[in-house]
Amino acid sequence: MSFKRNILDLRKRKKEAQQGGGEAAIEKQVAMGKKTARERIKAILDENSFHEYDLFVEHTGRDFNMEKKVLHGDGVIIGTGTMYNQPVAIYAQDFTVAGGSLGLMHARKITKIMDHALKMRVPLIGINDSGGARIQEGVNSLAGYGEIFYRNTNASGVIPQISVILGPCAGGAVYSPALTDFVFVVENISKMFITGPGVIKTVLGEEISMEELGGAMVHSEITGNAHFFAKSEDECFEQIKKLITFIPWNNSQKALRFPIQEPLLKKSIEEIVPTDPHHPYDIRDIIKAVTDGSDFFEIMEYFARNIVIGFGRIQGNTIGFVANQPMYLAGVLDCDSSDKAARFIRYCDAFNIPIVTLEDMPGYLPGVDQEHAGVIRHGAKLLYAYSEATVPKVTVIIRKAYGGGYIAMNSRHLGADFVFAWPTAEIAVMGPEGAANIVFKKEIDEAENPAEMRKQKIQEYKDKFANPFVAASKGYIDEVIEPSETRARLIHSLEVSGSKVDPRPEKKHGIPPF
Amino acid sequence: MKESNSNYQVFVVNSAKYLTLTTTKYDRRKKWQRLNDKEIRSFIPGSVIEVYVKPGQHLKAGEVILTLEAMKMYTRVTMPRDGVIKTLEVAKGERLPKDTLLATIE
Repeated sequence: MSFKRNILDLRKRKKEAQQGGGEAAIEKQVAMGKKTARERIKAILDENSFHEYDLFVEHTGRDFNMEKKVLHGDGVIIGTGTMYNQPVAIYAQDFTVAGGSLGLMHARKITKIMDHALKMRVPLIGINDSGGARIQEGVNSLAGYGEIFYRNTNASGVIPQISVILGPCAGGAVYSPALTDFVFVVENISKMFITGPGVIKTVLGEEISMEELGGAMVHSEITGNAHFFAKSEDECFEQIKKLITFIPWNNSQKALRFPIQEPLLKKSIEEIVPTDPHHPYDIRDIIKAVTDGSDFFEIMEYFARNIVIGFGRIQGNTIGFVANQPMYLAGVLDCDSSDKAARFIRYCDAFNIPIVTLEDMPGYLPGVDQEHAGVIRHGAKLLYAYSEATVPKVTVIIRKAYGGGYIAMNSRHLGADFVFAWPTAEIAVMGPEGAANIVFKKEIDEAENPAEMRKQKIQEYKDKFANPFVAASKGYIDEVIEPSETRARLIHSLEVSGSKVDPRPEKKHGIPPF
Repeated sequence: MKESNSNYQVFVVNSAKYLTLTTTKYDRRKKWQRLNDKEIRSFIPGSVIEVYVKPGQHLKAGEVILTLEAMKMYTRVTMPRDGVIKTLEVAKGERLPKDTLLATIE
């Protein structure tokens, strides 16, 4: 029997292919502070759970002497494995093989694993580390990108799609991550841009480094392309492993239930919030005061900090939190915060995650830059996302709920299932200062002491309207509650909403103000 | 967080003053400025290929002042309205950065 010989031959071939770009290239990769593609997959998946496919795939380049080159696995590793014993699909571009450049077969491998992930309804994790299109393969590499984008779009809202940027991701390549649900970046390692610093310098004369142009912090803080920022690859992998505990494996399931824990709050919830509505506090402390184990997993921590989004659990179930943050820009709504919250609401809605909204905002950010940046169009996304969402939606108004922002932040009028207000809530068409200036303009202008009159009228307005009872008298809020009741009220309202059905008119899809 | 945080700034929304922190992106935002309609400026960097007019010349709206090459494209810079070229600030062959004053008009 020749089995043994065959097996030995197979082992030899596998070993060679698994070396990727070879020792010198691996050394270079490590010198950049990066792990190899194979190490990355292993670090994310359960131990010994990775099963690889298409190890022996070879590139098909026939021009520019490429036919003489061997590119092991064509620069990408694909496979399936498990996380917490649940199946996932994964691919990792291998920078050691031709710079992880994307040719036809490289793309075919990625689309193969994407098709599997969608068919099997399991999450897809893509690790990006690539110099971009393989120029030698010409239009074939463009075709490859397009076929990936098409699948990203088809899978959107069906299975979770996670992109991990662990190297360069430039040009067309950036659009696959941009189409996925969550993008992870690592300081000094991730670089994303459409046009690199070289071209920008030649054409525009603007000098900028890669890190300044498209580094991890830029995408976390300025562009909003990235959702999670880490200082090292290991920290990044821990974030992925944490995220995955909060989300369901596909859109027909619910997230795994965890054992119930009480919040680990040391002080009483009232102590967190200053009663003066002009003074700031950290809204995340309120979220932590109501979540199991005071565990709150924030998403897009650095982008549009005036709104906070993320996951926590209540009674063991995953909840998506959307909360104004008075700590930054007084918690106003603007273009970026509307975009940030709207996309998250749609994620929660697609994956059966109830949404809890905590409201404390004075209105929209004033300014020409905001108006010209399209705050109307961007702000509309938030209204759209809340109105469209059919998952359980609960709102707690902490302090300020003024004007258009009151409507936008999951008001009863947009379909909230339950709206609660603290006694400190001010639900009004605008803040007392602004309202008094308009309503009592004549009295103030004609007064002997306008400043004094203004002060008096502001107080008058405050007493009459800056409270939750006007809205409560009309049934716009369901109950004014004591702050200490917040968690209990949330638990009960989410329990009641457990089998919520909220049918909508049949349509192909809506036309959200993208 | 403490209310005494010295980084808090006063932020006005609808006549009310709030204490709060700002963000990097907010701090870096460009303040809006009204366009000066007496100045013609380059909106991209590039080279001056040809100048067709002289100071003092009367031009009608749409007439070409100069040609600018940027990103391998020739762009004709035209008069926005009927008027007189007051000064020309650039000459043929010059390489210009973005937002350079090209000419003033009256």
